[in-house]
Amino acid sequence: MDLIANHISHRFGDLAVLEDISFTVGAGEVVAIVGPSGCGKSTLLSILGGLLQPTSGAPELRGAPPADSLNPLTFVFQDFALLPWATVEENVEFPLLHTQLSAAQRRALVEDALRRTGLTDFRKTYPKQLSGGMRQRVGISRALAVKPAILLMDEPLSALDSQTRELLMEDFVRLLADGGMGAVYVTHNLEEAARLADRIVVLSRRPGRIREVVPVPMTRTERGETAAREKLLALQNQIWSLIRNEAIDAEREVQHA
Amino acid sequence: MLDRAGTPAKDETTRRVRFRGAGFVPASSRFGGWIALALVIAIWQAAGSSGLVNPLFLPAPSAIVRALYELALSGALWQHLSASLLRIGVGWLLGTAAGVVVGFAIGLSRLARSVGITFISALFPIPKIALLPLLILWLGIGEEPKIATIALGVFFSTAISVYSGVDAVPRNLIRMAQSFNVPFATIVRKVVWPGALPAILAGFRITASVALLLVVSAEMIGAQYGIGAFVLQAGNLMQTDQLLAGVVILSVFGLVVGKVINLLEIRLLHWR
Repeated sequence: MDLIANHISHRFGDLAVLEDISFTVGAGEVVAIVGPSGCGKSTLLSILGGLLQPTSGAPELRGAPPADSLNPLTFVFQDFALLPWATVEENVEFPLLHTQLSAAQRRALVEDALRRTGLTDFRKTYPKQLSGGMRQRVGISRALAVKPAILLMDEPLSALDSQTRELLMEDFVRLLADGGMGAVYVTHNLEEAARLADRIVVLSRRPGRIREVVPVPMTRTERGETAAREKLLALQNQIWSLIRNEAIDAEREVQHA
Repeated sequence: MLDRAGTPAKDETTRRVRFRGAGFVPASSRFGGWIALALVIAIWQAAGSSGLVNPLFLPAPSAIVRALYELALSGALWQHLSASLLRIGVGWLLGTAAGVVVGFAIGLSRLARSVGITFISALFPIPKIALLPLLILWLGIGEEPKIATIALGVFFSTAISVYSGVDAVPRNLIRMAQSFNVPFATIVRKVVWPGALPAILAGFRITASVALLLVVSAEMIGAQYGIGAFVLQAGNLMQTDQLLAGVVILSVFGLVVGKVINLLEIRLLHWR
C-alpha cells in the first residue's frame, strides 16, 4: 500500500502553513520529513493520517493494505498519548477493543506487541510509573498491535534524553528492517532522519514547500557500520546547509511571536 | 586535577555554607490538626466550666454532647436526621443525574454547548433558595419543593463541573483514539469519562455542600422535621445546647460525605 500526498496545502486562518506538498511513500519505505521549526511538518503528518482536513489537496492511498492490518495508517505520538488510567497492556489493547477480534485473539496480539518492544514484564504497570523511553515503547507497542502498513511518527524521540533516544532508534531500525512496514518520520533531528529514512523530504520555512527530496544511498543495515558514519555525516551536512539559514530565520520569528 | 585549591592551611578557618532552602513546602504534621482541635475544645470546656462564658450564649462541649445523647435517646435525632437525609439523598441524586447528562451533552455537542451554556450562565447565579416559594406554589407544601430546590442547586454545579471536566480531557488522547478509528461511544466511555472523572468527583464535593446548605435553608423556611427545622426551633427557644448539637450533626454529615468522596477518589483515581 502506498501513501500519497497529493498537492496538499493548508492554512490556519490567514496563516499559510503548507503549500502544494506532493510525494509518495511506497510500501515498506521510510520517508523522513525535516525542515525548520514551524514549517508544518507535524501538520503535514496529521493531514496524511486523516486527523486534519487540508485546505486543498488530499492524502490518498494506493493499493490494498496487508490483509491482517487492523489500522493501516497508525500514529506514534511525540507525547506518547497513553491513557494514564490504563495499565501498559490495557493501553496496548485499547485500539483492539472495538474490532471484531475475540478476547483470545486480542490477548495474542497484545502479547506479541509487548514481546517485540520488551514490555512483557511491565504489563501491569501504569504509565506514570514508567520512564519516558518506556512510555514511548508502550506507544510503539500499541501501534504494532494493530499491524500497521505505514507508521506515522511525529518526532517520537524528541521528548527523550539522548541515551534513551539512541536505544529507541536501534529499536526502530530493527522494527523496520524487514521492509514489511513503511513509515513517515517527522523529525528536526537530521541524524535520526539519516539513520532511518530511505528518502528525506526537506521542507522550506513556512509556508512549507518541498525544497528537495534527498535519497539516502545506503541500506539501513549498512548505516550501522563504522565505515558509513562519514557518508551519513556528509549527508546530514548537505541537508543542514539546505535549511540552516531558514532555521535561523524561523527561530527569530518564533522568538518575536 | 580538580582540587586546585588544595586543603586549607592550618590558620585558615572554614565556615559551613548556611542552609537556606527551608519552608514553602505544602506539608502538615500528622497529628497537628487533632492536637489543635483537642486544645480548642479543652479551652472551651474550661471556660464554660469555670463560668467565664455564659452557657446561654455558648454552652460547654460537655453540654452539647449531653444534648446529643438525650436527642438520640428520645428518638428525635433520628426523626430529624432521617428527614434531612431523605431530602438530601433524593435531591442530590436527581440533580446529579441531570447535571451529568447535561454536562456531557455540553462537553460533547456544539449545539448543546451553545444552548446549554447560555441558560446555565443566566440561571446559575440565582440563589436557589429564592426559588423555594415559587416551587411551593408549583409543587405544593410537601417534600417536593424542598427536594426540587436541592436538585436545582446540585444540577447547575454538577453540569458545570462535568462539562469543565470533559473540556479538560487532553485532546491528544481523543485524537489518538480517533487515529485508531475508535467509535464515538467507545471514546466517550474509555477516554472522556475517565479523563473527566477527577473534575466530576471534585464537583461532587461541592454539590454535597450545596445540598447540605439548601436542605437546612429549606427546612428553616417550611418543615416540621429535619436538622434545619430543629436548629431553628432550638434557637427560637434559646436552647443553645440543642442548637449546637444540630450544628455538630451537620458538621459530622459534611465530614462523612467528604470521607466517602475521598474513598471514591482513592478507588477510582488510583492511577493519578
